[in-house]
Amino acid sequence: MTAAPDTPAPPQGRLSGLPRLLRLIGGTALSLAITILGLLLVTFIIGRVVPIDPVLAIVGERATTAQYEATRLALGLDEPMWKQFAIYVSNAVQGDLGQSLRTKREVSEDIIRYFPATLELATIATLFGVLVGVPAGVLAATRPGTWVDQVVRIVGLMGYSMPVFWLGLLALLVFYGILGWVGGPGRLDAGFSMMFELDVQQRTGMILIDTALAGEWEMFRNAISHIILPSAVLGYTSMAYISRMTRSFMMNELGQEYITTARVKGMPEWRVVWVHALKNVMVPLITVIALSYAYLLEGSVLTETIFAWPGLGSYITDALFAADMPAVLGGTVVVGVVFVTLNMASDLLYRLVDPRAR
Amino acid sequence: MKFDLTLRRAGALALASFLAGTAPAALMAQTPADTLVIADAIDDIVSIDPHEAFEFSGTDLINNTYDTLVELDPTKPGELVPGLAESWDVAEDGVTYTFKMRPGVTFASGNPVRAEDAAFSLQRVVKLNKTPAFILTQFGFTPENVEEMITFDGDTVTFKTDQPYAPSFVYNCLTAAVGAIVDKETVMANEANGDMGNEWLKSNTAGTGAYVLRSYKPSDSYILEAREGYWRGDAKLKRVFMRHIPEGATNRLLLERGDIDISREVTSVDIEGMEGNADIRVDTDLAGYIYYISANQKNEALANPKVLEAMRWAIDYQGMTESFLKGEQTVHQAFLPRGYLGSIEETPYSLDIEKAKALLAESGVDLPLNIKMSVRNSQNRTDMAQSVQNTFAQAGINLTLSIGEGAEVLGEYRARQHDLTLQSWGPDYPDPHTNASTFVINGDNSDESQLTGSLAWRNAYDPGELMTMTEAAVMERDTDTRRAMYEDIQRKHRDTSAFIMMFQENNRTAMRTNVSNFYTGGTVDSVTYWLVEK
Repeated sequence: MTAAPDTPAPPQGRLSGLPRLLRLIGGTALSLAITILGLLLVTFIIGRVVPIDPVLAIVGERATTAQYEATRLALGLDEPMWKQFAIYVSNAVQGDLGQSLRTKREVSEDIIRYFPATLELATIATLFGVLVGVPAGVLAATRPGTWVDQVVRIVGLMGYSMPVFWLGLLALLVFYGILGWVGGPGRLDAGFSMMFELDVQQRTGMILIDTALAGEWEMFRNAISHIILPSAVLGYTSMAYISRMTRSFMMNELGQEYITTARVKGMPEWRVVWVHALKNVMVPLITVIALSYAYLLEGSVLTETIFAWPGLGSYITDALFAADMPAVLGGTVVVGVVFVTLNMASDLLYRLVDPRAR
Repeated sequence: MKFDLTLRRAGALALASFLAGTAPAALMAQTPADTLVIADAIDDIVSIDPHEAFEFSGTDLINNTYDTLVELDPTKPGELVPGLAESWDVAEDGVTYTFKMRPGVTFASGNPVRAEDAAFSLQRVVKLNKTPAFILTQFGFTPENVEEMITFDGDTVTFKTDQPYAPSFVYNCLTAAVGAIVDKETVMANEANGDMGNEWLKSNTAGTGAYVLRSYKPSDSYILEAREGYWRGDAKLKRVFMRHIPEGATNRLLLERGDIDISREVTSVDIEGMEGNADIRVDTDLAGYIYYISANQKNEALANPKVLEAMRWAIDYQGMTESFLKGEQTVHQAFLPRGYLGSIEETPYSLDIEKAKALLAESGVDLPLNIKMSVRNSQNRTDMAQSVQNTFAQAGINLTLSIGEGAEVLGEYRARQHDLTLQSWGPDYPDPHTNASTFVINGDNSDESQLTGSLAWRNAYDPGELMTMTEAAVMERDTDTRRAMYEDIQRKHRDTSAFIMMFQENNRTAMRTNVSNFYTGGTVDSVTYWLVEK
């Protein structure tokens, strides 16, 4: 992923940097396309090998043989495999992910409706993961072996090992059920939720942004009280991951000679750690954060189910239970594309930030 | 340690703002006083066009936004009452039905309800020919003939069937959601590409019901708003807010905190957990689903009547409903759910291993008998299957369980490739013929006929005389005689068919104790919101 550090640095300057950037983007786009094609192939194969009869899933228990056959032909299932795949790819490229078996709506339309809720949740969760994980990792690295380090390690371990389903329910029970500090499952209280549906213009589908744009500040506060818990639960795992990675990058960095030089020059310790070392640690951390962000976008299925969050995760789960393969695969493709794109973006960013990788 | 101090300050600040920002949430944990907030799983909705919808959640919505010519009384399950038709009659010929429209009723749009709207609606069902259309087309309507068969004149709608069916059969079918009367003017004003307003009605309502749809987000929520001047009396609560919340534990938390008024998705565990909470009440009534085991008659051992009888005595019906199925299922040993015309309540079979052993010995099959049973992969079904496996083993039947995904098990069943299978069936419309036709009627038992819609055919079961009895029952014009006929058919079917009837499912609704008059519709009807008070 990273360029070899001993590659001689190319000449610096605006003019020479631009085509190189373009070439970089071009190369990234090409590998993006190949990866996505591979992804489509895998989802297509999965859709064909699962022991779920797509025709039966559509026509249902009551169908006659004639209805069954008609639907099978309509789905193009009598065509040879390669042709089915070609149709699948050409449709997917045009944004047509097929029709949901269950709802008879376009999968792409459904995803457009569900994705903003997931994006909102995962973004706040990642913010939580970064804002807590990075300082925790730095603190642990500056005091290796002390109680601070131990606490960060144990909290991190719990984040890795506790099932999010259980953690979510427990958090709901404590902070919502018993203490009543936060809003419950769902994106708003019932009253606000109705007001949001009926009176607020939904520009982005993200409640925090839409309520802010509409100037509905009470509703905005209510939305915050609802998003805090699921995003904290969801962000906990990524916080654990980020803090562990920060610690190890930081340990490595603090052993470098320039740090010793800075200390010798009498620079305050906080400046050495939080400015000089952290700045260099941020370079590899970008990849870590981007990966964990992508992971949250796809990994929020259980959190969304528990918190009745109408996002892509619960959409895919509901579709899975109904054996609605076009919806499951459509969702998977979108998550996959987002994952790959974020990965590539972090790669690009990495190369731009790290002078050695230019 | 300068930075530590800074960090501590920042932490305290973050905690303070966290608490300040969220404090109002605790105060607001109440549902609005004029709104009924319900949590349910509504992702089964395919369409809310009443002439296309065929799923539970969709017909619940339709029952509160539309009316039918003949209605069911929500407070007295199964009782027919006048709906948009104030009276009706069937002529001597047995095929001509007339319905006199109730005067003075209006649609939500303000348009008056005319006989023309009623005729249009019933014709629309047949012309659109969506999933539930068969409920009407079984009376002989086709897109070609429907305009002659269903006509209107003044305030009267006339309806001609192809054969002299039992009038109760016709009326019962008209109470189904597919019999909803839509506002012709409004619907046709929103027609696109000759779809008779089908696309528009997927996100709008155009009925006479107590409520009007204000917002619908598929698999997320819908909002209904009461209209003034509903002919059965205005709704008590101004709004209904339905939230899609499928997870049981989440439902329970929301209900206990008072953020929802009613939950229709609580599990046994949640119900047990809420016992002793004075703010919550759980109502139980019967739903339409029947659970049964059926035996493929192509399997020689399973075609042996003694073996089937032995199996009926080798199931611990009572033990299951008293343990892991507690509250979820009621022992029921007939193909019509309780609440249907002609349903019977007796449950003659119970666990009797000795009797089962004796019957197996009499049967002449080689013991122990090795049989496979296909089961859908869901908790209550696999639990049931394991109990059956256990008691069968005591009687001398080695049951192998083949557990698979729903569509997979169904595919095998429709292809007649199973041995035994544990299945469930829900009625399609509120008349006994719905289940009688599938559990009994098998017009051609050959593999080639592919009558996959018939459960009798799927099990290669030849109903013999029960077939003629069922065909006679659907034509019987005297309702009391008809009732007796179904009772007789079910008893014979219970004792001699390829089916072992076990349970009828229960509806369980958890609600705040201040909520009253919530009717689920039981086995024959959909939920009623307009009578609910809180």
